[in-house]
Amino acid sequence: MSDKPAHNVAFVRETTLPPSPPPVAETGAIKWMRENLFSSAFNSIMTILGVLAVYQILSLALPWLLNGVWNASSIRDCREILDGATGGCFAVLTERWHQLVFGRYPQDSYWRPTLAFLLMFAAFAPVLFSNLPKKMLIFTGLYPFIAYYLVWGGSVLVPILSLVGFAVGYVVYTRLVDRSFATGFFGGVAAAIAVWYIGGFIINEDSTFLALEQVESRDIGGFMLNLILGVVCLSVSLPLGIVLALGRQSRMPIIKWICVVFIEFIRGVPLITLLFVANVVLAYFLPPGTNFDLILRVMIMITMFAAAYIAEVIRGGLAALPRGQYEAGDSLGLDYSQSMRLIILPQALKISIPGIVNVAVGLFKDTTLVSVISMFDLVGMVRGPILASTDWNGVYWELFGFAALLFFVFCYGISQYSQWLERQLQTDHR
Amino acid sequence: MKKSMLLGALTVAGLAAGAASASTLEDVKARGELNCGVNTGLVGFAAPDANNNWQGFDIDICRAVAAAVLGDPDAVKYVPLTGKTRFTALAAGEIDMLSRNTTWTFSRDVDLKFEFVGVNYYDGQGFIAPRELGVTSAKDLDGATVCIQTGTTTELNLADFFRSNSISYEPVPIETNAEALQQLLAGACDVYTTDASGLAASRATFENPGDWVILPEIISKEPLGPLVRHGDNDWGDIVRWTLNALVAAEELGVTSANVAELSNGTDNPEVNRLLGTEGGLGEMLGLDADWAANALAVTGNYGEIFERHIGENTPIGLARGLNAQWTEGGLLYAPPFR
Amino acid sequence: MTTLTDPPQESFRLSMLLNDTRYRSYTFQFIALICLVGFIGWLVSNAAQNLEDLGQDISYQFLGESSGYDINQRPIAYDSQSTHMRAAIVGVLNTLIVAVLGCVTATILGVVAGVLRLSNNWIVSKLMAVYVEAFRNVPVLIWILIIFFIMTASLPGPSAFRGDDPSASMVLDAFAFTNRGVYVPKPLWLDGSMIVVITFLLSIVAMFAYRRYATKLLFDTGRLLPMFWPSVGILFLPTLIMFFLLGRPIGLEYPELRGFNFQGGIQVRGSLIALWFALAIYTGAFIAENVRAGIQAISKGQTEAAASLGLRPNRIMNLVILPQALRVIIPPLISQYLNLTKNSSLAIAVGYMDVTGTLGGITLNQTGRAIEAILLLMLFYLTISLAISAVMNVYNNAVKLKER
Repeated sequence: MSDKPAHNVAFVRETTLPPSPPPVAETGAIKWMRENLFSSAFNSIMTILGVLAVYQILSLALPWLLNGVWNASSIRDCREILDGATGGCFAVLTERWHQLVFGRYPQDSYWRPTLAFLLMFAAFAPVLFSNLPKKMLIFTGLYPFIAYYLVWGGSVLVPILSLVGFAVGYVVYTRLVDRSFATGFFGGVAAAIAVWYIGGFIINEDSTFLALEQVESRDIGGFMLNLILGVVCLSVSLPLGIVLALGRQSRMPIIKWICVVFIEFIRGVPLITLLFVANVVLAYFLPPGTNFDLILRVMIMITMFAAAYIAEVIRGGLAALPRGQYEAGDSLGLDYSQSMRLIILPQALKISIPGIVNVAVGLFKDTTLVSVISMFDLVGMVRGPILASTDWNGVYWELFGFAALLFFVFCYGISQYSQWLERQLQTDHR
Repeated sequence: MKKSMLLGALTVAGLAAGAASASTLEDVKARGELNCGVNTGLVGFAAPDANNNWQGFDIDICRAVAAAVLGDPDAVKYVPLTGKTRFTALAAGEIDMLSRNTTWTFSRDVDLKFEFVGVNYYDGQGFIAPRELGVTSAKDLDGATVCIQTGTTTELNLADFFRSNSISYEPVPIETNAEALQQLLAGACDVYTTDASGLAASRATFENPGDWVILPEIISKEPLGPLVRHGDNDWGDIVRWTLNALVAAEELGVTSANVAELSNGTDNPEVNRLLGTEGGLGEMLGLDADWAANALAVTGNYGEIFERHIGENTPIGLARGLNAQWTEGGLLYAPPFR
Repeated sequence: MTTLTDPPQESFRLSMLLNDTRYRSYTFQFIALICLVGFIGWLVSNAAQNLEDLGQDISYQFLGESSGYDINQRPIAYDSQSTHMRAAIVGVLNTLIVAVLGCVTATILGVVAGVLRLSNNWIVSKLMAVYVEAFRNVPVLIWILIIFFIMTASLPGPSAFRGDDPSASMVLDAFAFTNRGVYVPKPLWLDGSMIVVITFLLSIVAMFAYRRYATKLLFDTGRLLPMFWPSVGILFLPTLIMFFLLGRPIGLEYPELRGFNFQGGIQVRGSLIALWFALAIYTGAFIAENVRAGIQAISKGQTEAAASLGLRPNRIMNLVILPQALRVIIPPLISQYLNLTKNSSLAIAVGYMDVTGTLGGITLNQTGRAIEAILLLMLFYLTISLAISAVMNVYNNAVKLKER
């Protein structure tokens, strides 16, 4: 009966209805919350627990942070000002910031390490960001000498002459490298050593030329020491790590085993034992009467430590290259050093960059261990002179919080860079 | 030396290599600086202040030696050392002398091959406890938790004391004095043990020093003194007699205030020999005639050093006690300058 | 046409050592060997010279002498009359204790955090991200010190438990949280306790046997046996029955405040807790990242393929995703364990007596035998590392994709 379509419809809509807004629960913040916070019973419980945790942390930390005392001369002053209220005693930071950052560096020379620190960004920029002009790399090459001059002071001739040595060595190398890589390399090294030897006499003649006040490396401390150790050791360990990685891949058994033993030994022991070696044992193994700076001994040890780890990262990069690349190099008639320099290493290093950055972050964090062997880095300063002083005995949270924050800012920055770089590198693979 | 500075530039930090001459004195003079190993931070004895100047009782010994040898009390490089690193630093020649409240013991002198040149502070190991614990003697400490600073003789003394009294205890080894104090203040240990002088120095930094008692037992003898390497007796003599000069000066009434005046000559021949107007003692040491006068002008005599850094008018407030002159019932007894 | 002939046999010339690739590698290796031997010889002769100048020698005699110091945490009998050797062994055991505790806790933390970081829940995933970043980017030494100071500053001392109106009280009358550590009840092994323990061990074997049997039955006949409740029953029932039959041979010794300290029970010292937690939380953050990477490495196609076969979500996780993810996760996980063990040497900062604290710390100080002590110390860590690496290699070979 009624299964016939009705032909006598009185009204037919001629325009479409405007779409009605989605239900409240499906839009905006509510939808987002439903999907992201309360999608299931378990999720809701987790959300509530999460919010509670955040509230707990904030309710403890905020009054302490906001109510902090920034101006007092001692912890007793602080307590008096706070008068029982919750609040941090950040005055220790304002009073002792120079020790925390610079250690015992002469106060009127703070501009020197600061300038060196700022220049470091300019020096690293062309290495870190490949789209910058290649000419900037020249400054990167000059930077170590500038930084040495700024931080340690002394006559300007010292860094200049050592730079000249490198330059002469390089020129000799480019002249001779056509004949063979080995000739060029050893010729360059010989030329550089000759220049330094002669340079030694020049410096003996006039050691005050444009001299900045010389600073004992023992006086370098605080966060600056962490930075210097991190940067120097990493830069030196990078080439060393490449050599070790190549050595480990070498077909020559003796060289291979030397590298394997070195790498596995260093990676097998904690850094702290290596620092003990630097501190209490190394002196026995040097010629009688030699006296290394502690900071130099520590640098050598940390560099060896980092080099072993970097070698493993780069070995991974080398292993990841298809065999065809090696064979391609051979079939072009390139010798070992040429095929490594021109074909293998550029690709292997590119793959290894994220791993190297991870090692760098780890290394930078590990520089705090020097506090255990009585060097006054940031942690050493906190545990030593500041907490031992009558004025600030007992201010723990503020000092360690500050130290943690400083490290966090630097390490997080580096790891963010590494992730950015990983994304950059990914685009050309996919 | 300068050539090695250039090498240092290459290795970034500066390799201070140099042919070692046989004599520490020549080394120090050539360097123009005395390398002195000190504590990393013990208020009153050796601690850097807010301006990074080292201050303290042990520091003044370094300054006195530097003044005697080089004529300049500030020509000292202070090398802060922990309990662990101090002996290797000295053995390896990193420092010329160690002035770091170090106990003179047989094994350190004989087995580790060091030469203690004298005693600048007669100390003993004691205990500090909160008053509310109600302990009056260290023998009541059965089962107590005891904080100790590692790397010192105190650990061995402590073990011996509790063992000989057959009472048990729980040691909590802590690396630095500051951290040990924090543990004590928070109640994580019942008592803290270290040299009695250190206890007094630490108590001075507490909020309510009156709430703390130093127990009467002194469980060890701790003659603290500066030391040098075995084998260079000339250098050992210099440090020994600089220390003796400080002690003798107090006995003879020479102070930093009157040393200049007395240096012009006095009626007392021993003062004259001490200050170099008679006898040529300085030359025998290989130093200037006015070596002791230089030292005394800078630091004052032993009594002045004591009063300035750890005496009763300082926050540390130590009495002279055993460290008084022998004429006053103490143990300080400088051999004659003759 | 030229005919291909062998190059004329040249007689060996000296320049071939450098220019002929056949011989050059021998030259290089020879030079390297000479340099190495020379370098080591130089070091050894320096050491000999220095030691002679100082009148010292290299000797391990000191290991047999009595140590003279006490150690608070003693897994084996030890007192101040024991030898330095025994002190070193106590230290080794303490290192292993904190390493094992740390690894277990770090794994739990890391897996939970890694999985939760991938959660849909915005707050939870962000919280986990904050945890991972905060702990990964701050040196572990700072964390150890911070946790140590939190412990001492925020927990009450034993004296707070004393008196008629104590300001602190024990949790459940069995656990005491003090700033000297946590005191927990200690199991007392009475007569017959061994039988209960053996029963329990047998139950574990029986449970696995049952599960194997059930799986085999499922594969062979398709019949599905219940899994969970029977397993639980097999695991606990026999042990409980035995426990009550033998008249409760395993008791608990509760800690109790006597004198200055809590006595009885097991004391987990503050230094151990600080080290354990700091290492676990720090390493856990790294493990979380490994776990996340491992799970993300499995392509979405795997999940979809499994779903299209009709598997339920938890079975997809157990049978498809996890076995593949573990292959990615486990190698870095083991190297994290290795890092944790090596980082445990920072015990020295909080006075936990591990091997760095005994052998490399007090023994070194008291005897002055720096070279000997540090050599031994390195040897110990090296042994542990190589052992763990060996285990890792065995595992890697076992799970390697069998490619044709």
